[in-house]
Amino acid sequence: MDARRPSRAITDPMIRRVGFFTPTGNSQLLRAHSNPAGSDSPPLADSPAGNSLSPVMIPPPRHLSDRTPSVPVPETGLRQDSEHVRVGSYNPSESLLGSSPSGGIALAGGAFSEESDGWYGQNEVRKHSPNLLDTTLGKAPDYLSGTSAPPRLEKLKKSAQVPVKSGKADVEGQNEMQSSLKPLKMKTSKAERRALQEAQRAAKALAKEGDKSAAVSGGAAPKKPLKLPSQKKDGPPVSSSIAASDKKGGDRPPDKERKKDVPPPRMQFDDKNRVEKAKRRAVFNQTEARNRVELFRHLPQYEHGTQLPDLESRFFQLDLVHPAVYKAGLQYLAKDIIGGNARCIAMLQSFKEAIKDYSTPPEKTLVRDLTAKISSYVSFFIECRPLSISMGNAIRFVKSRITKLALTLSELEAKAALCSDIERFINEKILLAEKVIVGHAVTKIRDGDVLLTYGSSSVVEMILLHAHEMGKQFRVVVVDSHPKLEGQALIRRLVSNGLSCTYCHINAVSYIMNEVTRVFLGAASVLSNGTVHSRVGTASVAMVAHAFRVPVLICCEAYKFHERVQLDSICSNELGDPDAITDIPGRVDVNYLNNWAKKENLQLLNLMYDSTPSDYISMIVTDYGMIPTTSVPVIVREYRREHLFI
Amino acid sequence: MPDVQVLVNDFLNKLKKRKIEGSLATARQTAELLRSVISQQRVPYRNQARALIDAVRAVGEQLIAANPVELAVGNIVRRVLHIIREEDLSLTTAAMAGLGLSAASDDEDDADQDNHPVLSAAAVAAAARSTLRPPSLQTLLEDVPDSAAVPHTSSSGGDSEGKSKSADKSSRTRRLKHDVIEAVNELIQDIATCHEQIAEQAVEHIHQNEVILTLGSSRTVLEFLCAAKEKQRSFRVFVAEGAPRYQGHLLAKELVTRGLQTTLITDSAVFAMISRVNMVIVGAHAVMANGGVIAPVGLNMVALAAKRHAVPFVVLAGSHKLCPLYPHHPEVLLNELRSPSELLDFGEFSDCMDFGSGTASPLLHVINPTFDYVPPKLVSLFITDTGGHNPSYMYRLIADYYSADDLVVQRRPPTGR
Repeated sequence: MDARRPSRAITDPMIRRVGFFTPTGNSQLLRAHSNPAGSDSPPLADSPAGNSLSPVMIPPPRHLSDRTPSVPVPETGLRQDSEHVRVGSYNPSESLLGSSPSGGIALAGGAFSEESDGWYGQNEVRKHSPNLLDTTLGKAPDYLSGTSAPPRLEKLKKSAQVPVKSGKADVEGQNEMQSSLKPLKMKTSKAERRALQEAQRAAKALAKEGDKSAAVSGGAAPKKPLKLPSQKKDGPPVSSSIAASDKKGGDRPPDKERKKDVPPPRMQFDDKNRVEKAKRRAVFNQTEARNRVELFRHLPQYEHGTQLPDLESRFFQLDLVHPAVYKAGLQYLAKDIIGGNARCIAMLQSFKEAIKDYSTPPEKTLVRDLTAKISSYVSFFIECRPLSISMGNAIRFVKSRITKLALTLSELEAKAALCSDIERFINEKILLAEKVIVGHAVTKIRDGDVLLTYGSSSVVEMILLHAHEMGKQFRVVVVDSHPKLEGQALIRRLVSNGLSCTYCHINAVSYIMNEVTRVFLGAASVLSNGTVHSRVGTASVAMVAHAFRVPVLICCEAYKFHERVQLDSICSNELGDPDAITDIPGRVDVNYLNNWAKKENLQLLNLMYDSTPSDYISMIVTDYGMIPTTSVPVIVREYRREHLFI
Repeated sequence: MPDVQVLVNDFLNKLKKRKIEGSLATARQTAELLRSVISQQRVPYRNQARALIDAVRAVGEQLIAANPVELAVGNIVRRVLHIIREEDLSLTTAAMAGLGLSAASDDEDDADQDNHPVLSAAAVAAAARSTLRPPSLQTLLEDVPDSAAVPHTSSSGGDSEGKSKSADKSSRTRRLKHDVIEAVNELIQDIATCHEQIAEQAVEHIHQNEVILTLGSSRTVLEFLCAAKEKQRSFRVFVAEGAPRYQGHLLAKELVTRGLQTTLITDSAVFAMISRVNMVIVGAHAVMANGGVIAPVGLNMVALAAKRHAVPFVVLAGSHKLCPLYPHHPEVLLNELRSPSELLDFGEFSDCMDFGSGTASPLLHVINPTFDYVPPKLVSLFITDTGGHNPSYMYRLIADYYSADDLVVQRRPPTGR
């Protein structure tokens, strides 16, 4: 294995392509190839919207640029000792990647990721976080005083996950790597062996760094144009603080590190104790629905529409929730903001507002207090409406940015840095990503096509409109379903833009599927087993398309990818307002169930999402390119770090 | 027969305007109409079966043309034709037995009478046929052989024999009509009680704590579930609402009043829920000879989902829904598009509907089909009033109810009128 690896390390380009490409992106790819040192500037960020058809690249995580100049010298020396220098094209800074974040996550990340997952009330966070802090702080001295070699190895191993991955080009390799996490946890001997290998490789990579650092400093100059000066300022302090945390609490046994990677279990609403606790903490009272569906006891089932007037009246009394957050929450509650991207953007904007107005209370630190604040906002959002997975990802990003803040930064600088980070997340991960997806997907539309879409997806709508603007001749079938009937708004917009549309209900989908040539679907989230979590009914449409041999293309931004896995639609879902089922807009003749909702035997189930099995999906169009569902874990793993430390 | 014509026209109007909902109502009303047609039909001295068949066929042709999608009409017409043939045949055999093996002339006469129901499936018919004349391509192709036989018979019979025979014939004429009407009454009875007969089998299929999914509303399904409930089985039912008609709401309401644990779900949630379902039980609009089902719209999706999760897909169908035809492109040809107003509010979307008011066609089309075709491979079981059957057995079951002569009702030239 050792004999093989170095050679591969040499041959492997730093930027890898994954999946399918649009030819337009090639120039950029070439540019990136020609300048490996400068590749730390993220392709999405510095490319304007026009040439946003970037090929699929896996750039090294972009936070590196901030840190590379200030690599702690003693560490590098130490590592260089451990292995002889070898020539490889590995990005030297990748080894830093692993070591640098460990401290930050160890302190706070575990608790936050758990909580940002959506269904969690805040109580868990409160409960766990002291423990976590205790353990990490308590164990830190151990590693400082104890033998230095094993932690070093572990750390290197951690850091080397990325090199291993980029070394293995095929998807199987990735999966294998992922699945090997568990054995690692259990069998120490195997772990040690692996750690040794990784350590060697990492050291080798580090060795390269010496001559690279010059190039990096040069490459950092033509960096992102939209990056704010405050961020450049925070570069050196961040890394120094990381170095400090590295020494203090950064070295932890790998088991804990690993455990954090696994998404924690979500709140189960059939667990009485937890529900009680969550209730006590809640901003407002929710009455439980009368006829709860037995199968979904684990999901929150509350009366809908009862809280809004109450909340509205309390707008000026609540001081623990920022007004902007409060407003966004009410908009979620009133269903004024729907759709994954819109909700996520609204949430981030409200966070931004809240951060702007934030001032650290005396005898508290900004990092701790602000994360706690954000957590309380999040739990407020959850009360308004359960978070989507994409929002969980965004929250995770915000929190990781907060914990990454340098302690030396002044409050004003820190806030500015956070605001610009959030702004950048919105721009790059959502808005720009949409444009990239449109560019990819449009290449799949040909003249004479009949495209089918379900519900109302903002990305799919952009694709259709863009293809129409390009002059492609095609027809659109909009499939809709009760009770949301989102498709009606979509056809209205499409028709007013001059597209030729056909409208039908989801039941008629097997009638219309005969003439359809492509199915474009949006997604709320793509899970790492390839399952697509999306508006309820998507699975049915994909199934029928599969049965009729029509290709199904899922359009989804990569920030919605999540490492969770799911097999059915029942374990994790959201329940909408059950009364929406009985009332049918525009149909007075259908009133069989008026005043019947209170019957004991009758339960109304309004599911919001379902899970589409990966075998129904031909392709996922994402901002990193067009990939098969089997490549989702690759994207999730390779970009999760970047995601966190954007 | 002016009053019959009025009835027929009335019924035709209703069919054309789609005033009659459901195959059961259609079937019953068709049978009742045909019964009155038969009773009003003046039968000639000879060939009374032929006359009845022609009359029924003439009316049936109009009925089928009035609503070609409602297959129950055609089914009942064919059933009645089959009944006439059967009754005629059994009468003939009875007469033959009475006459004994007397003259060759009688035999000949009877043979002439009986060359229509050659392909009937009943055992009596088969026995009778074997004594009379073996089925052959010749008999299949012979259409109007009666005219030639008439003089022959009268000349061949002796005086005394002729008298007794004519008396016998007149009684036979009355008896034939009488018997046919009796049989049609039985048919009507069968149609009316098919629910109960199907529901009787419910306990064999529904066990304790089962979760059953259905879509839309079907009286048969309702009775079936309630029958199981009455047998003290406790189980849960998921009802998909069946947009755009939302008949599922009606079914849910009925089930709740009968005390069943019911959950109403949206159609889009079917795939999500099917993994927790033990059995899908649905009604059908018609069952084709190949075992395919013309069913309320949305069921193909449900059937596919059930197939994916290996959930049994059970179709309940009364015998009046069994259609002897093989479907060709049934999604389109045996389908009917309903009004767009069920999907979209005209007030809101009127500007979109005639957007291209000039030369171009409108930009917005609304598709609202009534039926879905479920191919036989997706169906696990049919439960009819005669028991449970495989889809592959349907063609044989259907042969019991129809005679091969009647499969194509329309193409026959309107003879005898």
